[in-house]
Amino acid sequence: MLSLIVFLPIIAGLIILAVPASQKQIIRIVSLLAAIAQGVIAVLIWRHYDPTMAGIIASPGGSPVGSFQLIERIPWISLNLGSFGPMTIEYFIGVDGISITMVLLTALISIIGVLSSWTIQKQVKGYFILFNLLSTAMMGCFVALDFFLFYVFWEIMLLPMYFLIGIWGGPNREYAAIKFFLYTLFGSVFMLLVMIGLYFSVVDPVTGHHTFSLVAMASQENYLKGAILGPDSTMWRTIAFIVLFIGFAIKVPMFPFHTWLPDAHVEAPTPISVILAGVLLKLGTYGMMRINFPLFPEVYHAGLYVIGVFGAINIIYGAFCALAQQDLKKMVAYSSISHMGYVLLGLAAANSEGMLGALYQMFNHGTITAMLFLLVGVIYDRAHTRAIDKFGGLASYMPVYAGLVTVAWFASLGLPGLSGFISEAFVFVGAFTSTTTRPIAMVSVLGIVFGAAYLLWSLQRMFLGKRRPDAAYDLEKDAEGHEHIHFHDWNGKLDLDARELTMLVPLAVIVIALGIYPMPIMGMLTASINKLVTVLAPVAISAVN
Amino acid sequence: MFEMPSGAEIQSIISTLRAGADYFIPELYLSALFMVLIILDLVLGGRKNRILASATIIGLLGTLFFIFKQHAMPDAELFFGMYALDRFGIFFKYFFVLTGVLAVVISAEDEHLNSQEAGMGEYYALIVAMVVGMMMMASSTDLLMMFLSMELVALSAYVLTGYLKREPRSSEAALKYLVYGAVSSGMLLYGFSLIYGLTAQTNISKISMELSQHGYDPLVMILATLLVMAGLGYKIGAVPFHFWSPDVYEGAPTPITAYLSVGSKAAGFALLMRFFFVAVPHAADGIEDMLSIDWLTILMIISAASMIYGNVVAIWQKNVKRLLAYSSIAHAGYLLLGIITMDKVGTQAVLLYLASYLLMNIGAFYVVVVIANKTGSENLEDYRGLGRKMPLAGAALTVFLISLVGLPPTFGFIGKLMIFTALIGKGDLFMWLALIGILTSVISLYYYMLIPLNMFLRDSDRNLDKDYRTGMLSNAITVVLMVLTIYFGLFFQPVAEYARYSASMFGAVLN
Repeated sequence: MLSLIVFLPIIAGLIILAVPASQKQIIRIVSLLAAIAQGVIAVLIWRHYDPTMAGIIASPGGSPVGSFQLIERIPWISLNLGSFGPMTIEYFIGVDGISITMVLLTALISIIGVLSSWTIQKQVKGYFILFNLLSTAMMGCFVALDFFLFYVFWEIMLLPMYFLIGIWGGPNREYAAIKFFLYTLFGSVFMLLVMIGLYFSVVDPVTGHHTFSLVAMASQENYLKGAILGPDSTMWRTIAFIVLFIGFAIKVPMFPFHTWLPDAHVEAPTPISVILAGVLLKLGTYGMMRINFPLFPEVYHAGLYVIGVFGAINIIYGAFCALAQQDLKKMVAYSSISHMGYVLLGLAAANSEGMLGALYQMFNHGTITAMLFLLVGVIYDRAHTRAIDKFGGLASYMPVYAGLVTVAWFASLGLPGLSGFISEAFVFVGAFTSTTTRPIAMVSVLGIVFGAAYLLWSLQRMFLGKRRPDAAYDLEKDAEGHEHIHFHDWNGKLDLDARELTMLVPLAVIVIALGIYPMPIMGMLTASINKLVTVLAPVAISAVN
Repeated sequence: MFEMPSGAEIQSIISTLRAGADYFIPELYLSALFMVLIILDLVLGGRKNRILASATIIGLLGTLFFIFKQHAMPDAELFFGMYALDRFGIFFKYFFVLTGVLAVVISAEDEHLNSQEAGMGEYYALIVAMVVGMMMMASSTDLLMMFLSMELVALSAYVLTGYLKREPRSSEAALKYLVYGAVSSGMLLYGFSLIYGLTAQTNISKISMELSQHGYDPLVMILATLLVMAGLGYKIGAVPFHFWSPDVYEGAPTPITAYLSVGSKAAGFALLMRFFFVAVPHAADGIEDMLSIDWLTILMIISAASMIYGNVVAIWQKNVKRLLAYSSIAHAGYLLLGIITMDKVGTQAVLLYLASYLLMNIGAFYVVVVIANKTGSENLEDYRGLGRKMPLAGAALTVFLISLVGLPPTFGFIGKLMIFTALIGKGDLFMWLALIGILTSVISLYYYMLIPLNMFLRDSDRNLDKDYRTGMLSNAITVVLMVLTIYFGLFFQPVAEYARYSASMFGAVLN
C-alpha cells in the first residue's frame, strides 16, 4: 500500500507521457486522479495506523524492523565487495508517527498543488510529468527507511524542481532555479559521503553485514568500534553530524543558508511555491529527526544550544526581513523562514513537548503556508502585481477572499483557536522547560510580536481602509450606485471562484479544526516523539558507550 | 652480436607463436575485418557509406562472440611475456568493441561527416584498427608491446581527427594532436628506457621482481615514473597533460570526439592500471616504501588537479564539445581516485565508472550530433529554445548530463558511489580527495545544466519554424541509451558484479 502511494504519481506521469500534448484537460485530470487516489490511500493508512506503536528504532532483541508499520522490505542490490563484505541495499519503506504525519501532509498538498496548477497554460504536458515526478520523490523521502533509498529520492527531487521553477517561473527564474539546485546539491553531496561512512560503521545485527538501513543505524550498539563513524571516533562523528545538519538546514532553510528560498519563491509559479513551502522545507527538519539526530545523538546533545540559537535567529531574522518586504510573496517567504525557526527551537528543546511542537508545527506550517501562497497567487492572478501598497480596501470588494486571508494570516501569527497556536505553544513550553534553551526561548518570543507586526500591517495596508490612489485595481459604479472592483486583463470571477474555494476552504477547515481539536494528528505522533526523546536522551547514549 | 637461431630454436618460437595465436583470436579477427573493410571500400561504388557502416557494426559485434569464448580459457601470458589473457583484458575487449560500435553508429548518423566527398572507407577501417590497438593496450604486459599498441591507437586517431578535410579546424586539431602525441610518446619511451636501464627487463612482471630483489636508484626510478606518467597522462587527458584535449575535441568530427573521450581514455586507464599495479606493486606493501609514496602522491595531485581544473574551466565554455572536453578532464580525475586506493574495490569502481562513462558520454555526444544535424552548430547559444522543438533529444541530453554530474537515479551516480565507497573504505586517509571530488561535482552541475538551461529555459531569437523531427532509428537509439543510463542507475548489480569479476589482472595481487 505504501509503495502505491509513492509510485502512483509516477505512473500518472508515464500515462501523461503517452497523451498528446494538445489534450491539456486529460493531462490535468490524470494528475488530479492520481493525487486524489494518493489522498484516499493516505486517509486509509491514517485510519489503520496504530498510534501506540512508536517506530523510530528497533529495540535490542526485538523485531529487526522495530515497531514501524506498513513495512515493505525487499532486497534490491547485493554486491560482493571482498574485504568490505557484501554491500546490501534494500527497498525498505515503512512509517512511524513522524513519517505518517508527513505522508498525510504530502498527500494533501499534492492535491492542492494539482488543483492550483490548473491555470498553467504553457507546456502543460511537461509540467505535469515533472510535477508527478516531484510528488513521487517527496513521498518516497518520507517513507524510505534505507539511507540509500532516501538519498535517491532526495536527489530525484532536485531536477523536476529546477525545471518547474526554471521554465514556469517569473522573470528572474534562471537565477532562482540554478541557485536552488546548487544550494541543495551542495548540502546533499556531503550527505553522500556521510552515508558511505555510516555504511562502513554500522552492522546489521541480524545479517552481520554492513547495511544502509536507517533502523539499524538508529541503534548505537550496531556501530563498530574503530570504524570511521564508530562510537570512539569523536572527531569524524562530529564532522559528520555537522555536514549532515548543514545539508538538512539548507532545505529548512536555516540562516545563513536561507538565501535561495526567497528567490525561489518569488520566481516560482503559485503551485510550486505551495509544494516548496508546504512539503519540501519539511524534508529538512524531517531529515534531522529521522537521520541526523538519532544517528549522532551525543553530538546532537552537545549542539543543542547552537541549534536553538540558529532557531531563534531564523525566527527573529525572518520576521524582520518579512517586515521590510514590499512584495507580498517575498513577505510570506520570509515568514516561512521565521516559522521554520520554531521547528528548530522545538528540536533544540530535546524534550517531548518541544519535539511534539516541532513536528506538529511542521504539519501546520505546511497547511498554513500553502494557504498563504495560494492567497498570494489569487491576488497576483488578478492584479498582476504583488506589491503590498498597491491595494487598500480590498475587504469591501472581495469579502470571501478577505475572510480566508484573515484566517490564514491569523493562523500564521498564532492566534489561539487556530492550529498554528497549538504548535507554537508546545514549542515554547518545551523550550522553557529545557534549561539549555530557556534564554533562547525568551528572546524568540519577540518573534511572535514581530510576526504579528508584519502580518497585521500587511493586512491593514491591503484590505482595510480605502482604495489607494495608485492601486492595481479600479472601481466601477453600477446602476444602483454600488461600487465594484475591476482588474485589467482579468475576465474571471472577481472574488474567489469555485476552483480556488475548493483549494482554500478545506485548508481553512483543517487549520481551524486542528486548532480546536489537535488530537487527530497529535495522537498519532505522541508515541513516536516520546520514543525519539528517550533515544536521544543523554542517559541512553552513555549507557551504550 | 646477432646470431642465427638454430633450427630447434626456430621451431620452438613458431610453436609458441602458434600456441599464443589461439588466445589472440579477437585481435586477429579484427585485423581481418580491417582489411575486409578496405577491400569493400574499393569494390563498392556509389552510395556505400551506409553499407560500410553496417558492415563495420556487424563485424564488430561478431567479435563479441570470440571474446565471449575467451572466458573459458585460463589466464595466461602469451608470446614470450608480451601479452596476457586475463579477465581484466577481456572486460576491456568488450568495452572497446561496444565503444567502437557506438562510434560507428554516431558516425553513420552524422550528416556533416557523411557529406564528405572523400568517402568513409578508411574511416571505418581506422575505427576498427583503433579497437585492435586499444585491446592490445589493455592486455600488453611488456613495455615494448605497450608502446607499440599505444602508437597504433595514436596513429589511427590522428587520421580520424583530421578526417574533415575541408575544415581547417579539423586539420588544426589533428596537427596539434600529433605534435603533443609525439612529445608525450617520446617522454613515455624515455621513461621506459630508464626502467629498462634499471632492470634489464621489459616484461612488467619481471621488472617488478627485479626491482624488489635487486633494489634500484630511487631518483632514477622517480624520474622514470614521472616520465611514464606524463606519457599516460596525455592518453587519459589528465592535468597537466591535457592541453591538447579541448582543441582536439572541438576540432575533430563529433563521433571521433566521443570515441576518443571514451575509448582512448579507457585504454589509457587500462594500461596505466596494469603498469602501476604489476610493474610497481610495492605500494601495496605499505606506506613505508619511499617509492610507493612518490607515485601515489603524484597520482593524487594529478587527480585533484584534474577534478578542479576540468570542472572550473568548463564553466566558461561556449561550445558544447569543448565543454564536454573539459568535463572529460575532470572525469579522468574521478577515475584516478579509484586507482589511488590500489585495491580490488578501487579497481572494480574504476571499471564500473568506465562502463557508466561509456554510456553517458557517448549518449551525450550522440545527442549533440543529432542536434547538430538539424542546427549545424555546437554552440551553446544555438541550443536556445531547442527543448521545445526536440523534446526527446532535450530530455535524453538532460539525463546524460545529470548522469555525468553523478546524481541518482543514473548510472553515473553508481560510478561515483563506488569510487567514493572505495576511497572511504580506506578510512580517513583519502578523505580530502573525496571532499575535492564531491565539491567539484557540485561545480560541474552548474556548467552541465547550462545546456538544459539553454534548451528549456530560454527562447530562441532565431526562427525555429523549420522541421526538427528526427528519424525513427535515431529516436530509438536515443531512447535506448537514455533508458539504459537510468536502468543501470537503479539495477546495477550485474554490471558491478561483472566489474568485480574483471578486477583480476595477470601478475598483480589485488586485495
